[in-house]
Amino acid sequence: MDAEAAKLLGAGLAAIGMGIAALGVGNVFAKFLEGALRNPGAADSQQGRLFIGFAAAELLGLLAFVTMIILVFVA
Amino acid sequence: MAAAEGSKIDPMHQFLIEPVMGSHWVVGGYDLSFTNSALWMVLTVVALWAFMMMGMRRQLVPGRGQMAVEAFTGFIGGMLQANIGPQGKRFVPYVFSLFMFILFANILGLLPFGIVPGVHPFTITSHLTVTGVLAIISFAIVLIVGFGRHGFHFFSLFVPHGTPVPMIPLIFVVELMSFLVRPFSLGLRLFVAMTAGHILLKVLAAFVVNGINLGGGYLALVTLPSLVLMVGITLLELLVAAIQAYVFALLTSVYLNDAVNLH
Repeated sequence: MDAEAAKLLGAGLAAIGMGIAALGVGNVFAKFLEGALRNPGAADSQQGRLFIGFAAAELLGLLAFVTMIILVFVA
Repeated sequence: MAAAEGSKIDPMHQFLIEPVMGSHWVVGGYDLSFTNSALWMVLTVVALWAFMMMGMRRQLVPGRGQMAVEAFTGFIGGMLQANIGPQGKRFVPYVFSLFMFILFANILGLLPFGIVPGVHPFTITSHLTVTGVLAIISFAIVLIVGFGRHGFHFFSLFVPHGTPVPMIPLIFVVELMSFLVRPFSLGLRLFVAMTAGHILLKVLAAFVVNGINLGGGYLALVTLPSLVLMVGITLLELLVAAIQAYVFALLTSVYLNDAVNLH
């Protein structure tokens, strides 16, 4: 396989990571909603923690995107 | 905006930094020209200034502008109160400026100035240099506050309470790593979120324009679905612009909490 083709294939494979991070972000909000519906009184005070979890899950998807950009434009 | 001529899609062109007046102004080997990035930073500050002036009139009965500004200050004040406690009040000016600057920069970059020929909106937060410096400022404040308040006791942040003694060297290294990677993750998150959204929007915009140019069946099969998707993604990007500004301010306040209260 030629190096250019391998680079583009790698960039495509890195996109899988973004899909998996999407599962993670969905899981964060799903679990929050589940907990919030059980105890709505405590939900508002936990929104900061919700977004911290969201940010951590999202960052890993964004790292997959950075990998793609580096493979396509830098490597 | 989008590459209208031919079928070439060039979504990265929008991130190009170039002098506004078309000429480079080189002083002593450094390019000091007034770039589109600098222009949009100035516009962001002007818009922010105009917004804040609405709430600075000290009326006895607050009007609409006053209420809008106070909603934002109250929001940031409440966030710092919840995360840091009563001592968080000192950081309201910094975190508020950070939040509002990022929010206005993100939203100004999304405005559809591209319909005017020759005008390109530029998102300053889509460059790692800008977001990286903002993250380094936050990190530097955390270090100054932490070492200023606690001295070398600040290092106890890296050894959580109740760590078994044989585990301390390992935990210390892991916690130190996670502490040192914070400015990178903070800057990278904002930069990548904005870059990714704008690339997606430009790719879809290019689909719309190319579909119109080709005409016929492409108009129904490519242009229409792309346009509908683009409207949806634009709304999503407005949400992302607000969420990323919020996350940046929230994580800054969480890190400040570590520095102020240790664990």
